Amino acid sequence: MSRLRKVTRRGFLIAAAAIAGGVAVGYYYVRSPYPNPLEGDLEAEEVTFNPYLKITADNAVTIIAPRAEMGQGVSTTLAALVAEELGVELADVTVEHGPASYAYYNSEMLAEGGPFPFFDEGMIAETMRGAMGTAGKVLGLQATGGSSSVRDGFDRMRQAGAAARVMLTSAAADRLGVSAGELTVRGTSILHEASGRSVTFGEVAAAAAEIDPPSQVRLKEPSDWRLLGRSQPRVDMAAKVTGAPIFGIDVSLPDMLYGTVKMSPRFGARPVQSDVSKAEAMPGVVAVVPIDTTYGAGFGVIAENTWAAFRAAEAIEVEWGPTTYPGDSDALDAMLEQSLMAEQGDRLRDDGDVDAAFADAPAGRVIEADYAVPFLAHACMEPMNATARLKDGALDIWSPNQMPTLTRQLCADVAGVEIDQVNVHTTHLGGGFGRRGEMDYSIYATVLARHSGGRPVKVTWTREEDVTHDVYRPAARGRFRARMGDDGLPVAIDMRIASPSIIASALSRTFPSISPLGPDKSIVEGAFDQPYKVADYRVSAVKAPLGIPVGFWRSVGNSYNGFFHECFLDEIAAAGGIDPMAMRRRLMGDHPAAVKVIDRLAELSDWGASLPQGKAKGLAFTLSFGSWVGEVVQIASTAQGIRIEKVWIVADVGRALDPSIIEAQLISGAVFGLSSAMNQEITFADAMVEQSNFHDFDAMRINQCPDFEVAILENYHRMGGVGEVATPPAVPALANAVFALTGKRVRQLPLSREVEFA
Amino acid sequence: MRLTVNGNAIDIEADPEMPLLWALRDLAGIMGPKFGCGIAACGACTVLVDGIPTRSCSMPVGLVDGVVTTIEGLADGETLDAVQQAWIDEQVPQCGYCQSGQIMSAYALLEETPEPSDDDIDAAMAGNLCRCGTYPRIRAAIKRAAAAKTRTGA
Repeated sequence: MSRLRKVTRRGFLIAAAAIAGGVAVGYYYVRSPYPNPLEGDLEAEEVTFNPYLKITADNAVTIIAPRAEMGQGVSTTLAALVAEELGVELADVTVEHGPASYAYYNSEMLAEGGPFPFFDEGMIAETMRGAMGTAGKVLGLQATGGSSSVRDGFDRMRQAGAAARVMLTSAAADRLGVSAGELTVRGTSILHEASGRSVTFGEVAAAAAEIDPPSQVRLKEPSDWRLLGRSQPRVDMAAKVTGAPIFGIDVSLPDMLYGTVKMSPRFGARPVQSDVSKAEAMPGVVAVVPIDTTYGAGFGVIAENTWAAFRAAEAIEVEWGPTTYPGDSDALDAMLEQSLMAEQGDRLRDDGDVDAAFADAPAGRVIEADYAVPFLAHACMEPMNATARLKDGALDIWSPNQMPTLTRQLCADVAGVEIDQVNVHTTHLGGGFGRRGEMDYSIYATVLARHSGGRPVKVTWTREEDVTHDVYRPAARGRFRARMGDDGLPVAIDMRIASPSIIASALSRTFPSISPLGPDKSIVEGAFDQPYKVADYRVSAVKAPLGIPVGFWRSVGNSYNGFFHECFLDEIAAAGGIDPMAMRRRLMGDHPAAVKVIDRLAELSDWGASLPQGKAKGLAFTLSFGSWVGEVVQIASTAQGIRIEKVWIVADVGRALDPSIIEAQLISGAVFGLSSAMNQEITFADAMVEQSNFHDFDAMRINQCPDFEVAILENYHRMGGVGEVATPPAVPALANAVFALTGKRVRQLPLSREVEFA
Repeated sequence: MRLTVNGNAIDIEADPEMPLLWALRDLAGIMGPKFGCGIAACGACTVLVDGIPTRSCSMPVGLVDGVVTTIEGLADGETLDAVQQAWIDEQVPQCGYCQSGQIMSAYALLEETPEPSDDDIDAAMAGNLCRCGTYPRIRAAIKRAAAAKTRTGA
């Protein structure tokens, strides 16, 4: 049976579109099942063709890129999908995020949420992808996450552009009295070359919008692309080099008040005793109000400016109640260790017979290791904030967020209004990294708006509030063992990893009545789903609830499982006396895309070359979010400590739609991972987070930043993501380099526990 | 209280202890300088006071003694400063939040050191944190701007 016949029709369509690009696909996905949210909110003489496009009579063309722009360049690439098929340049259009709407559901993010490796294209995996993708559509979950935006929009947004082009061209043909086939799109006009006559989009937009959308559209072959596959100037650059007020924190409205919050630093605790009189009496303070939500309890301050609000929040005297979780990091670590020891966990990979393989293993042939990682904060550059106005029964919320439809729903509940009375204005995000998929900052602003007499209130958190009230990258511990074969390769690998479930934690603060069932694959993603072949290979996920709120942090479980899996593989290679690059190449032999990444990486980084004394390289590979990424990190010993000199990244993303943006994202992801590996950790004392600002939770600075060399490959037949994929291998590549340089196998992050960085 | 910001006199009523950052943002409506940390640890709020890069989040407005330049004051009408243009040419910004501060620090560096070495760039820019990791392109843009400014004698 051919491989294509084994996949579902939907899977086939996506795969075929990814391969061929020119396949004719139904227009169904654009029109159904949700109405076009732009229809209710058009300017005078403006028409809309579908949820992604509107055009005014005076020829202003607006493309909606309904995913959060948090730096990853998504507004540019999504707009290019529409523009490519519409036939216009990005410079000809305005790009907006648009309203919160179910029409902007993300099916791709959920499609890869099942417990299957990306390369598993068997019937069960594909059926599950189809079902989960449909669930994303039915739930109407408008979400930016899972490095899924471009894959999700790839068909739908190109179809939207193509359909609009057909409609505009048809209207132009009527206007000019010629056949549509004689017309070409030129800029934002439609030209009849034979006669030299033309009409603008705007002149025929109203008539075109009346035409029934075509039931089938033919998308361009990739060889005919003019924008896609080529680096485009980003659409957000001018605003970002002039300090334009594009972020949530920059929102400015007539009659606006300012505010901040002071939430319980012990999670789940409420104030047991408080005195707000001093705060209320301070100059510029309008009101101090209680906050009690599923996210936390505390106080909000409404004031005439942000500084007055910050000062008043400091002046609130409060004794916080107790919590149910252990108070300090040692106790939390012990709990995690206990879960790891006590439970077998969910086996998300279970090849061969691992128990039998270890039962008769000669003692000298078994290596074992324990690894651990700490909690981490997101520390987005823009502290959490939102602006809310509750007036005449309608809530407007200006929120730099990754989840507009959920934000709308939960804020409607808090405001006591219906969902259709809520307008979510999604601004640019000053960093997201998963933190802004949460609703807390929007909910708190909504609470304050109930006390501001109908005036808008912009609620800005201090950095201290931000660091101490995050939803943290979970701590995790793993126990690993391998049985070595005669040839130095592993014949059996057993991995058991314990971590709090992110899904369970997220549901407890968003939909507390829902209890999650079944395994949480994020606990072992990056470990169970890697393209290595070992006869007996088991990866088990142990859910270890610790009571600390945890959330999605750039690359999620891959962020620590990359470290666990790839450092342990490095230990295996060392034990077997095999070069780690050569070992990976052999273990990934079934996956040509992976082998090509390894070969390119070895060549690019000159892997076999000998290095001078005091320098060393480390290697790691992680397949995450559909992209196959290998990284080599070179470090040097200096008088000030270890310096990261150079990083080579090779990534197979299947199809590279914008090489410059992808390169930027790969470097960005690696810097994010290296920052965490060097010296980041969130610790607890008295049930509160001990770190508070960039002096004790810092990240890589320019003077620490290595040189980068990046190669982008397009060998795999399905498109992968780019926003998160370079983070997972960066961490173990650095740790493996530290071993190569110092002989120290650091199994617990951050590495600064045992070595110093310059 | 009177401030001179980007060549304009601005009268505000502020607690003299209020940081310059909040006076600019909340009272004067000048949003280019960003709030990142409040303790001069990230550089997002960087402005120039008499040409010296200053963390406006930690400078009480009552102590400001000199003319203030924010990112809004760099361009000459519609013409961007060479540093801003280099930032576009190198496609530096990602989320963009730290970039006002980065550009102000880079601008001040080039005023002082027209042809900076890598060490000069490290020393001048280490106080400006970027969580997106745009550092390699920042370095390239500073060098590009330096070349452009030298060429035009700006």
